[in-house]
Amino acid sequence: MTDLTTQYLILSAILFSIGLAGVLRRKNLLMLFFATEIMLNATNVAFAAISVHLGDLSGQMFALFIIAVAASEVAVGLGLLILIYKKYGTLDLDNLSIMKG
Amino acid sequence: MEAIAFYIFAILITGLFLVTVFSRNILYSMSSLAAGMVLISGLFFIIRADFLGAVQLVVYSGAIMALYAFGMMFFDATRDVKEKNTSKYLVFLLSGFSAVALVVIFSAPAIGKHIEVEPIAKGLGHLDNVHAIGAVLFTKYLIPFEVAAVMLLVAMIAGIVLASKRMDESLSEVYVGTDPETEKKEQK
Repeated sequence: MTDLTTQYLILSAILFSIGLAGVLRRKNLLMLFFATEIMLNATNVAFAAISVHLGDLSGQMFALFIIAVAASEVAVGLGLLILIYKKYGTLDLDNLSIMKG
Repeated sequence: MEAIAFYIFAILITGLFLVTVFSRNILYSMSSLAAGMVLISGLFFIIRADFLGAVQLVVYSGAIMALYAFGMMFFDATRDVKEKNTSKYLVFLLSGFSAVALVVIFSAPAIGKHIEVEPIAKGLGHLDNVHAIGAVLFTKYLIPFEVAAVMLLVAMIAGIVLASKRMDESLSEVYVGTDPETEKKEQK
């Protein structure tokens, strides 16, 4: 089995950059959630690659708990998004900014 | 062979996530995000992290994307958010009991007699990935596992309470709101 750890880490960095660009660029709250999921997945890939490379299962455990945290984050976050949508009628961040400076 | 599969997966995942981030349509971006999640589980299977790949398939592309799909259906209802005030003593009592119960739950397996923390990395070489993860998860990472379980329960309850307006109304006995349907009922 060829060692692909370097390629995995490079791919993880690329995916994290994509998620970060999405967080910085998008204005819709739902798209911000999608970008956050991409970043979490990128860290999962890096954790799994390092874990397999070192022969230590702790990295895969961390990835597992990251998945659990992401699941609960999505559950609570979607509830909050629904409340925000019911209250303001939009998910656009420009319309949601209530502090006028 | 693995390198070829990796490069195919990598190119597809990068393209799909770029579509997710830069698409105008939320439905397109959600679909491409789900496809990218499935392909990332392929990445896990390549490096023999079988359990992680299966969890990725089940949780991400099963549960989380289904949650997003259901959440998008809710974005049609437009009503104001209402808050209700409950008794402070009840809140203090419930939170106190919950704290004690959590401490008991989390400390009970750690002081049990049949849990040995030591032999983690040694002697796991003959097991495959799923068995080894089970052995590690239920010895060294048992308490984080339980905390994650309780956290998922709390998140589920929070999601139900936040998202379902009907249940929120039925919980409060004395309710005077600006909901048009309840106003109609009060007028009758």
